Amino acid sequence: MPPVPLDLALALAGLLFLLGLVGVMVRRNVIFILMSIEIMLNAAGLAFVAAGARWQQADGQVMFLFILAMAAAEVSVGLALVLRLQRLWGTLDADAASSLRG
Amino acid sequence: MSGPFYVSGAVALVSTLMVVTRANAVHALLYLIVSLLAISIIFYTLGAPFVAALEVIIYAGAIMVVFVFVLMMLNLGVRATAEERAWLRPGMWVGPGVLAAVLAAELIYTLVRATPVSSATMMVAPKQMGQLLFGPYFIGVELASFLLLAGLVGALHLARVSEPEKVA
Repeated sequence: MPPVPLDLALALAGLLFLLGLVGVMVRRNVIFILMSIEIMLNAAGLAFVAAGARWQQADGQVMFLFILAMAAAEVSVGLALVLRLQRLWGTLDADAASSLRG
Repeated sequence: MSGPFYVSGAVALVSTLMVVTRANAVHALLYLIVSLLAISIIFYTLGAPFVAALEVIIYAGAIMVVFVFVLMMLNLGVRATAEERAWLRPGMWVGPGVLAAVLAAELIYTLVRATPVSSATMMVAPKQMGQLLFGPYFIGVELASFLLLAGLVGALHLARVSEPEKVA
């Protein structure tokens, strides 16, 4: 089978990143914003792995592993903040937390 | 391996679009899992089977399970879905959507104009990755462990119920 062209893989990563970016900008629910951030992180990882496959180096996969660890830490803190938001204001609206006062 | 790449790429794009547009959080989460599985297949076609397995185990497994647990704790119902529908008025998303579509068109134009670079299908073995990870990138491994510890402590501190909280 013919190999996967690098530019197609990078285009896919870019499109996925854009979809995540749209999600962050459009949605007001904090859960959806977190999910969109996950999509963007994943798209960045896809770009790393595609570039690593193009040059036959494992560095791209190592970077993906670091992105994975970062996403896990980010999700745990982010979801704890979501629980806190729900408990304080009783809503998941990101605008409810705009005052930044405890 | 370009046939599976096209199919799973299309699946990833469509399911990600569904994630961004759904009103029900659980539906969006299930679409996100589909998208992650499709990206895992893409990793496989790119010659990175170990990363494909990690994507399924950690992203689609662990991280999405955390999302599902938090959604269960929040106990969202029909009211939340209706609220979300009300928030998703066309005026809210037309502007960013058009801007992002322009960016996407620009990206595709640039990539179409550029000379095609073909990627080899030779696999990058997990052994090679492990040697890099615990050789030149060892400081990165240590920093990742610090980051995960900080995430653990932060989540514990933020989500703990200490005193009865007042609504600000």
